[in-house]
Amino acid sequence: MIDTQETRIVKDPSGKKLIVTRFFAAPLTKVWRAWTESRYLDEWWAPRPWKTQTKTMNFAPGGSWLYAMVGPDNETHWCRTDYQAVEPEKRFTGVGAFCDENGRLTDAIPSMQWDIRFTSTGDGTTVNVHLSFDNEASLEKIVQMGFKEGFTAAHGNLDELLARL
Amino acid sequence: MSQTTRRDVFQAIADPTRRGILTLLTLQAMTPNALADHFDSSRQAVSKHVGILTECGLVTQQQTGREIYYHLNTQKIKEVDAWLEPFRKIWEGRFSQLDELLNNIKTNDHDRHTRNKDR
Repeated sequence: MIDTQETRIVKDPSGKKLIVTRFFAAPLTKVWRAWTESRYLDEWWAPRPWKTQTKTMNFAPGGSWLYAMVGPDNETHWCRTDYQAVEPEKRFTGVGAFCDENGRLTDAIPSMQWDIRFTSTGDGTTVNVHLSFDNEASLEKIVQMGFKEGFTAAHGNLDELLARL
Repeated sequence: MSQTTRRDVFQAIADPTRRGILTLLTLQAMTPNALADHFDSSRQAVSKHVGILTECGLVTQQQTGREIYYHLNTQKIKEVDAWLEPFRKIWEGRFSQLDELLNNIKTNDHDRHTRNKDR
């Protein structure tokens, strides 16, 4: 059975960081794999109806994940995450940015620092996502960009609901 | 597109002094002098920040007797919360997909992997 868990989003007082917290009813090993193996990431990372398509991935310090977010009209945004620290089944950090299909970074959109921590809690796993930006303006820009995607995702959920009725 | 000076809640909260002012005003309405006492910067500087907060619609001024009091417009503050909403939707969408996936990894990890290859 799938429970709907609450997603908590807090803005750090610095104004440069967002902290997203979520509990998953699955053992840490599974949750870790879902976050660190491209075949799983491809299935959940993009909010519906967007899809994630991994081009290359090397999950290791110094390695990177190059993937595309593909929209319902085939619009494509390339993204890259450069992995920094990896502590298996505990934590990983990296830098996420937008790029072209060859991984060349685009300056127009600010990059963000990811710090993701995994903890076994009760009969599941709690994931803490720390998203940091160079400055508040960058954070603001990213969240505003989420506007379009957020609406699209919401519509995706509506489609799903309508199909079930 | 021309560069215009933005006057909205996000510009208001972009500065630490202005955030400080807002925090103080959540507790009570304050006179310009009482407010300025809480900051190291000059009275003019504080008053300039209050000016921006006023233009952003977060602070209103009311004359009571001889004194001017600054009040917080809490309704406007809620806009900040609304701003995070789409961001929250993305993550909630993502995570409910992850829930589903985790449920599937649990039961038939191997089948799923094979099925993916066929897509």
